[in-house]
This record gives sequence, structure tokens and C-alpha cells, in this order.
Amino acid sequence: MSQLDAYLKANAVDGLVSLASQQDAARHFDVSFAKVEAAILKHGLCPARYQRNRQTVTCAGQLTLLGSTVAVIGCGGLGGYLIEELARLGVGTIVAIDPDVFEEHNLNRQLLSRVANLGMQKVAAAAQRVAEINPAVNLVPHCAAFGTANGRELLSGVTVAVDALDNRDVRLELAAVCREIGLPMVHGAIAGWYGQVATQLPGQDITPCLSAAGDGPKGVETKLGNPSFTPAVVASLQAAEVCKVLLSHEGTLSGRMLSCNLLEMEFEEIHL
Amino acid sequence: MQVTVKLFASFRTGREPIVSGQYPAGTTVADIVAQKEIPVSEIGIMLVNHRHVALDRVLVDGDVLAIFPLLGGG
Repeated sequence: MSQLDAYLKANAVDGLVSLASQQDAARHFDVSFAKVEAAILKHGLCPARYQRNRQTVTCAGQLTLLGSTVAVIGCGGLGGYLIEELARLGVGTIVAIDPDVFEEHNLNRQLLSRVANLGMQKVAAAAQRVAEINPAVNLVPHCAAFGTANGRELLSGVTVAVDALDNRDVRLELAAVCREIGLPMVHGAIAGWYGQVATQLPGQDITPCLSAAGDGPKGVETKLGNPSFTPAVVASLQAAEVCKVLLSHEGTLSGRMLSCNLLEMEFEEIHL
Repeated sequence: MQVTVKLFASFRTGREPIVSGQYPAGTTVADIVAQKEIPVSEIGIMLVNHRHVALDRVLVDGDVLAIFPLLGGG
């Protein structure tokens, strides 16, 4: 057993290793916080921050999450909540892709936007936030617009892609790139009181639920706007899907799309 | 022939969510969209009997048509 392993076992209480002990171990043994986390989980111990994950996510599952890379494409309404939830869940690497900076009209719903960071790159704000809440998580920022031309490169090494985009055309490009490289994709979209979620696993095609009768890239959100709660609900449904895909759980939305109506509190399942 | 039209999300504003009505033979999805005064540019998913269809789909007796708006926001 290595000295690090012995240290962790000696400092575990009821199977839990505190944040302070994890930080001490990283300093003392000159390894990254994430590597200490992996060592903790490999011994069936649990970083104390994840103790309320237990039963929902096992230690082995937590180790799988730590070794996973999730790309969040779009860091606005959906993306902000997704990054927050995936970082707290313990996904080891989050690739954040967005070309924009925060503007005042983002403040009504975009979790990462603050009065003090208007004008800041959304991906830079994401990196800052993740560093503050979970030092085991590495956020890789790409201040770039996703597209067919750079898609494969941006998604290199990624385990699951999450669609948090704000227009249909780029969504279709993302779904196509994911199909080409056999990458699972969790789709989400919102407008006003309404949202939808679907999961495209390798070999599947959810294009029918992304398509539209008209030609425009935008939907009814241009008329309805987006309030604070709709991105929170839809992003949370997406985060649950990502968790299940990463942990190979049954019961994903594979082959189905969930349509959410928060005005009338109705959830409709659409078979693809 | 009888067709049931189910509208979802914002398409319910000012319209009945579920209506069964009599339509002449040859009626298409586009005809019903026009009758309901739904802007085509706002339409996302269209299903007949739970299967995805296009605007030119000709309906038959007993069909259930569901129309959802295009949600594009993130």
C-alpha cells in the first residue's frame, strides 16, 4: 500500500474522507486533488462531499463519474445549471463550449451570470464557478461557436455531449457530429413555460424531434422568452440523463422525448 | 371523417387543447394548421398516431394529430 493510501485510510471516518484531509493529502504527497479523489474512491471510501450521493451513486459509480468527460455545448440558461449540477455530481472533466459573453438580459435565468461579471466570457465564468465548488473537477473552456467544422475536434475525448444550444441549426449539426463519432448526446430545449428533453445514443437518430416545419433556426422562445425556472427544470432532467448514461443505467429517454409544460404541469412522452 | 387534433404548449393559447372534428376526405395536416391559424414557422414536431409526419400528410378517419411548437432556446 502506498503512503497516500495509508494516509487516506488512517484519516477516513465512517468511510468518509473530509475535504481538509483530501487537501492535506494533495499537498503532502504533491498530487492533484482529483488524483487523491480517485485514490479515495478506489479504496471504497468516499470523499465527504459526496456522502449524500451515496445509495444514488455508489463509490464505484462515483469513480466512473470522476473519470468521465462531459461536453456542455452552450453555457447560457441550460448550460449554467448543467455545469453546476455536473460539477457537484462529481464529473471529473467538463468541456464548456460557448462563444458569448454575459449580457444584462441573461441575468433573469443564467445561473453563471452576475451583475459583477457582465461582459465576461461565459466559459471563463464557468471555470471560475467550478473551481469554487469542486476542486476535483477540471473545466476545459472553449470560447468558440460549435459547428460541423470544429465539432469533432471539440468533442475529442468526450464521453457524453449535452445540447444546451439556443438554435435548431447548430443542434442538428451537433446531433450529426455525435452520430458520426458514436457519442451519446442529451438534448434539451426551452421556450417560455415549455421544454423538451431527449437522449440520442450511438446508432440512434433524434433528428425528427429537432426538426421543424419552417425554415428558421429559432423557435417560439423568440416570442415567449425564457423565465428562470424552465432552464433549471430542463437542465436538471438532462443532468439526470447524463448521470444514467455515464453509469450505464437503464431507464434513459432512449427512443423517447419528454415534453414538459410547466404552465399546466403536464409531461408528455413522445416516441421517436 | 373524424380527426382528433391535440395541441401542445403555446399552441393552446386561445385554442382548445383537444378537439375532435369532421373533415372532408383528402384533408392534410397543412389544412388543419391553416384552419387553426397556427404559423407554420412556429411548428416543431407533428405526429399522426404517434408517428412523425410532414405538412403534406393526408389524414384518414380516426387519425389523432398532435402538433408541438418548435422550442429552440437554451
